[in-house]
Amino acid sequence: MNPPVATPFFFYLLAGTMIIGGILVITRKNAVHSALALITTLLAQAALYLMLYAPFVAGLQIILYAGGIMVLFLFVIMLISIERAAKERQFNKQWLVGIAAAAALGGLFIAVYTATPKGKALFPEGQVTYGESQNTQAIAALLFDRTHGTYMFAFEIASLLLLVAIIGAVVMAKKRI
Amino acid sequence: MHELILYIEKYLDPKVRVTPGADGNIFWATVYILLVFVGLSIAVIAMNWLERKILAHMQVRLGPMRVGPHGLLQPIADAIKLLLKEDIIPAEADKFVFWIAPFIVVLAAFTVFVVVPFGPTHAITDMNIGILFMLGVSSLSVLGIVTAGWASNSHYPLIGALRSSAQMVSYEVAMGLAVVSVIMMTSLQTGTGTLSMIGIVQAQQASGEWFIFKFFPLGLIGFFIFAIAMVAETNRAPFDLPEAESELTAGFHTEYSGFRWSLFFLAEYSAMIAVSSIAVTLWLGGWLRPFPNLLSGSTWDLVFSLVPGLTFLFFAAICFFNVVRMPKHPLFKIQTMGLAGFGAVLGLIGLIMFVPGVRDRVGDIFWFAAKVAGFMYLYIWYRGTFPRYRFDQLMKMGWKVLLPMGLALLILTAVVAMRADLWDQLRGVGHP
Repeated sequence: MNPPVATPFFFYLLAGTMIIGGILVITRKNAVHSALALITTLLAQAALYLMLYAPFVAGLQIILYAGGIMVLFLFVIMLISIERAAKERQFNKQWLVGIAAAAALGGLFIAVYTATPKGKALFPEGQVTYGESQNTQAIAALLFDRTHGTYMFAFEIASLLLLVAIIGAVVMAKKRI
Repeated sequence: MHELILYIEKYLDPKVRVTPGADGNIFWATVYILLVFVGLSIAVIAMNWLERKILAHMQVRLGPMRVGPHGLLQPIADAIKLLLKEDIIPAEADKFVFWIAPFIVVLAAFTVFVVVPFGPTHAITDMNIGILFMLGVSSLSVLGIVTAGWASNSHYPLIGALRSSAQMVSYEVAMGLAVVSVIMMTSLQTGTGTLSMIGIVQAQQASGEWFIFKFFPLGLIGFFIFAIAMVAETNRAPFDLPEAESELTAGFHTEYSGFRWSLFFLAEYSAMIAVSSIAVTLWLGGWLRPFPNLLSGSTWDLVFSLVPGLTFLFFAAICFFNVVRMPKHPLFKIQTMGLAGFGAVLGLIGLIMFVPGVRDRVGDIFWFAAKVAGFMYLYIWYRGTFPRYRFDQLMKMGWKVLLPMGLALLILTAVVAMRADLWDQLRGVGHP
């Protein structure tokens, strides 16, 4: 068998990219730079999905987030006056609370992960043997299969919700229908 | 050292019938990546020359004739010119974004070739999500175009970038619907469909016909939608509004010069090759030779395996014919010798392709490349004949014609795939 690609090196590389990208998103004054940093983060996230043997989710992540939503983001941002936005003073002064909340959440994660034996039971060690080559088919079976499909209803409801949102957007944007 | 050689030889075992990526062989994967990269660069150079020549002949001109025999060295002269040109970054531009934009476009255009199947074993790797990967990564090139237009901090590039991204985003939808109808067709034989590029071609092999002829005329309509959408996706004439010279100078890359501009050029042509290879893989049977069922048997196999060599010999013959037609003036001596040498190289390649071992290995690559080359010619043909669309016409075409057609096609394909007998009755073929 081939050696697994999902080595810790790649995990730390991608996680590092994501964290740096995430920090850049909130620290850059220029909104376009922030958007580009966010794209980097999202692409690194797609690569993390690949490491989890979920190529289908990774592909959707690239198409929907990095490809579709971010292009719309950039569209909107480009039409804003960057010069004025950059001069604007930050009005949200809650960074102290934010850091405290983030630290508390991080501490909680570490506490749960290290607490024995309950935490260990939550995150069992060991390698996933899930077949990468069957990921798409497995998701399809979960969604649509008559015997195993348990998410069919939820999936259809979600798509109906999105359709309603699309129609709502058209109704609101268009003056005369 | 010995282990290394064993590792390299392991893939050459004829029992290994997978791509180097699927085999986990890093050495051969690297070799394939380099081959694809070099082949793509050569294809772009050839395309540059062919486009100028063919367009010129369509317009009753001669095209490039000065650099090398029949202008054959013109692309190389152009490349040297571009590399030596001053690299200008506008003073008011956003330097970093301006710098990174061409690389985003080139990366997106080249990365998709990871999954392009030139043959059952001749691909860098085979992915479970092959076609999804290709569509996703090629959609990233919009980002490069948008950022390029914005970073230039100039009006024409910004409008060009906005136009091009609006166009690409809207045609992606129709394109996706056409692709989904094909993916549905792959599930007919085995019950489980596939997104893998190699799997799609194998499904066509199993079903005994190319998907363009499947459920006639449904496959044809899907192909038609894709063939229009892919021209719009790559911003080529008649949908080349982003770079409409008369209105927007050069569109999103107006402010780019020299090497950076050539990166955009490279990306545009490799994106054209990439979408053409999607079309070939999905509808035209990928690497499969024409008439696999009608003209089957070992005799026909042999005949078709001789075609690659014969094609190259034909090109060589054209070269030699033009060697004879060259002016006999002493000034043309070097050009004549060069053309004869080029013909000799082509002839040699043709002869090598007759060797049985080579013949069996390159047949699939040849058929794939030949089909893609057909699309490349279509691109030039469109550019030579169609007038440019207006932007509102373009949007109307995308949203009001291609999208409803794509939706109807999707539903029809689904219905027909479930009830093939009903379809046959409708068409009058009918089961007894």
